[in-house]
Amino acid sequence: MDIKNLTIKEAHEMLISKKMSVLELAEAVLKVAEDTRDLNAYLEIFDDVRAQAEVAQKMIDEGRATMMTGIPVAMKDNILIKGRIVSASSKMLENYRATYDAGVTKKLREAGAIFVGRTNMDEFAMGGSTETSAFGVTKNPHDLTRVPGGSSGGSAAALAANAALGALGTDTGGSIRQPASFCGVVGLKPTYGSVSRSGLMAMASSLDQAGPFAKTVEDAEIIFDCIKGHDPMDSTSYPDDMARKDFGKPRVIGVPTEFVHAKGVDPRVLKNFEESLEAMKKEGYEVKEISLPTLAHGLSVYYILMPAEVSSNLARLDGVRYGYHADGANLLEDYMKSRGEGFGREVRRRILLGTYVLSSGYYDAYYGRARAVQEKLKQDLALAFKDVDIIATPTAPTPAFKIGEKSSDPLAMYLADIFTVPVNIAGVPAISIPCGIVEEEGSKLPLGIQFIAPHFGESVLFAAGKDFEKTQKSNII
Amino acid sequence: MSIELKDVEHLAGLARIAVSDSEKEVLRKDLEDILAYVSQVKEVAAEMGSPEAGELHNVMREDEGAHEGGVFTEDILSQAPAREGNRLSVKKIL
Repeated sequence: MDIKNLTIKEAHEMLISKKMSVLELAEAVLKVAEDTRDLNAYLEIFDDVRAQAEVAQKMIDEGRATMMTGIPVAMKDNILIKGRIVSASSKMLENYRATYDAGVTKKLREAGAIFVGRTNMDEFAMGGSTETSAFGVTKNPHDLTRVPGGSSGGSAAALAANAALGALGTDTGGSIRQPASFCGVVGLKPTYGSVSRSGLMAMASSLDQAGPFAKTVEDAEIIFDCIKGHDPMDSTSYPDDMARKDFGKPRVIGVPTEFVHAKGVDPRVLKNFEESLEAMKKEGYEVKEISLPTLAHGLSVYYILMPAEVSSNLARLDGVRYGYHADGANLLEDYMKSRGEGFGREVRRRILLGTYVLSSGYYDAYYGRARAVQEKLKQDLALAFKDVDIIATPTAPTPAFKIGEKSSDPLAMYLADIFTVPVNIAGVPAISIPCGIVEEEGSKLPLGIQFIAPHFGESVLFAAGKDFEKTQKSNII
Repeated sequence: MSIELKDVEHLAGLARIAVSDSEKEVLRKDLEDILAYVSQVKEVAAEMGSPEAGELHNVMREDEGAHEGGVFTEDILSQAPAREGNRLSVKKIL
């Protein structure tokens, strides 16, 4: 069976009409996953995929199928599946087994989805390339010398290589959208609080959000509909009735031109972005220039708030209760050695940075000010959404970069998040959709366009996204 | 913003992370560069006058509906590096 270009929607119809069995689909996906092991997209392919397929088939045969029943999905290695190793691609948790299911795992399981395996990522989701993984870099399926993006690079690469029909990732500053852009797939960062964070390994709790990777906007919507909803196990999860606002059909696209033309943005990305906007005009959208100077400060705010939360969230990893343990002469040395050896370089750097910005004497100057600018950014964005239905930017300033190109310069790596980070700072939803390719050294590298909507405006993103996809039929890779 | 080696050592101590001598200088420079970049929030905040962080509200649920004792004990303790019966084992601190 050829599963290249097979969408969740199409697979669902084939499963329901019995043109294909769940096992046939699962076997086809497993074969691709095995054949593409050299990508290092999966850290582990689960040994019970066939047993899971049987359960899903029974659901279909008994007429209890949902849209996700029998659909093979890849799970980022920071999402808990009870009884399975979940390592966050860190030596710290290399052998850690989840003691419960994450909220999103529970929802997918109940819907009959099939977990193919757990995917590689930047250690504890800290990075934009999967190069900080303790278990080796993932390669971009479009060019094996390039990164797949990150931190959810394994999920994006697995999907782009057809080793799953959909995937879950987490996005704290762009970790779903940027790898989606680099790998030529759709990636959605939902509204903060719309998808449960219970059972996701916390990086920066006020910014983290789980979301789908998919081949099409429609598929992303199918996965989002499955995983969204209130969860009493997550105190920041929104009650379902808050998300029921009707936004209508989007018509006006706002473009923060000054921000988009920031220093360091690849001219090919800008040219493609202009072409994408022209295509949307032909679909009947109005494109309007907007001024949002605070967007440019998103990255500074992010690199204060995020490490601050990282330093407190990761304090739990002490070598005593679970995870990596290194023996010292006394308890203090146990802590120092376990954490010094268990965490990789980028994680250590961010914990120290967070410790600094939270320390007495600097708290107001950094954390306090960053929270204030965060509020300003939220207000400015809310104001902008009075005039426009969505805001468009490129997803990333460049196509996928070379493995090793930025790994020794953390600031250069951080700048790759410039367009995605403000979305998390404001807590609004955004989607990245493939919008063409650039050719470099004989490789065809995908680019992505990002649409941003107001809080709970996922329906607007899906509507505009589907319209945009129609304009891209000639560009499919 | 200048960061010195002794600042790195102090932060590493607070964060309970052992850092090798060769890494200290790298971290010192990285922290200095990153802090120089993020310091723009100070100017932005200053331009905004006296900004306030967002409103706070209680997100805690009532403490009720506790599960039966012991049902998760084995799952959780099986992940501990060292244990004695149903307790975590650590080095003495006194």
